[in-house]
Amino acid sequence: MHRLLNVLAVFSLALILAVLSSVRRAHIRVEYSVSWLVASLALLGLSRSAGTLRWIGDVLGIANPPLALLMVSGSIFIVVLFRLSLRISGLKDANIALTQRIAILEYRLESIDEKVKATPAS
Amino acid sequence: MNELLILIPAYNEAGAIGGVVTEVQSVMPDTPVLVVDDCSADATVSLAREAGARVLALPHHLGLGGCVQAGYRLAFELGYQFVIRVDGDGQHDPRDIVKILEALEREKCEMVIGSRFVNGAGPQFGAVRALGIVFFRAVLRPILGKSVHDPTSGFVGVNRTALGLFSRSFPLEYPEIEALVVLQRRRFRFVEVPCRFRPRRTGRSSITAVKSLYYMVHVLLGVFVNVLKFEGRRK
Repeated sequence: MHRLLNVLAVFSLALILAVLSSVRRAHIRVEYSVSWLVASLALLGLSRSAGTLRWIGDVLGIANPPLALLMVSGSIFIVVLFRLSLRISGLKDANIALTQRIAILEYRLESIDEKVKATPAS
Repeated sequence: MNELLILIPAYNEAGAIGGVVTEVQSVMPDTPVLVVDDCSADATVSLAREAGARVLALPHHLGLGGCVQAGYRLAFELGYQFVIRVDGDGQHDPRDIVKILEALEREKCEMVIGSRFVNGAGPQFGAVRALGIVFFRAVLRPILGKSVHDPTSGFVGVNRTALGLFSRSFPLEYPEIEALVVLQRRRFRFVEVPCRFRPRRTGRSSITAVKSLYYMVHVLLGVFVNVLKFEGRRK
């Protein structure tokens, strides 16, 4: 099972590097990178701390510490994904409102143009 | 004061939109017709304009609810008292527009639904779709406190009160059924009037048999989300 902890540690390191690389290339905004960095750092820290894992396992009633780590990390990532879904929903609402507003403004602009063209020049 | 606007949401309806606009204008010659184009890839916009309609062209595809809501928003801002929605595929008979308008004025209700089933008869659907309509009638009956024969009809008229509500809050993907719940939450009233429906002139319905199950689950969830919404948090 130590191998599983090592795999999780490598995975979290890779995730940290991927997030930092994405931030550097401006592929992800800093405010969104924070959640992923915190989650992957927590995963990395727990995978290297057998005592903490045993304590979490005792609290959760899970005899196997690596399984406790999987459950904790899974929960953390579910929370991160849920937060992102909230953000996406908000962005979609904003996108719809903006699309409708642009269309309405274009419509009204066209109407004004038509009125101006129809008005005889003085 | 602007009175009535005919609203036609359209997405890739080049084969039918010109005929629909012409037919509506022949029945309601002095009533403005607004086609809301949901970013069609075909010639829907130009054909609608050639037929004499004003066009509200969305720069992105929003889906039916977003498309209809854009039209409601514009109509509300322009001060219209009534808006009657007619589908762009030619299924709705424009001769029934007068019937819907008369019901809106006579009943003083917020919404009138042009129903395929209110007199007991109606067009023949596939088994899954017919089952869906029966299912939603049963679901909506206790929520609305009255029967609705044709909850999926898109042939609807609204007055200015409902227009104001829908311009702020309107379901996005499959709006007809959820819109009824939105109305009920505000204690608004609706009535149904019998209307004629015809086969689509071109294209195919966006709701295929395969999508019906997804549609039912999606709408059912949307209905209960609307039921559970806190009134105080509504804008």
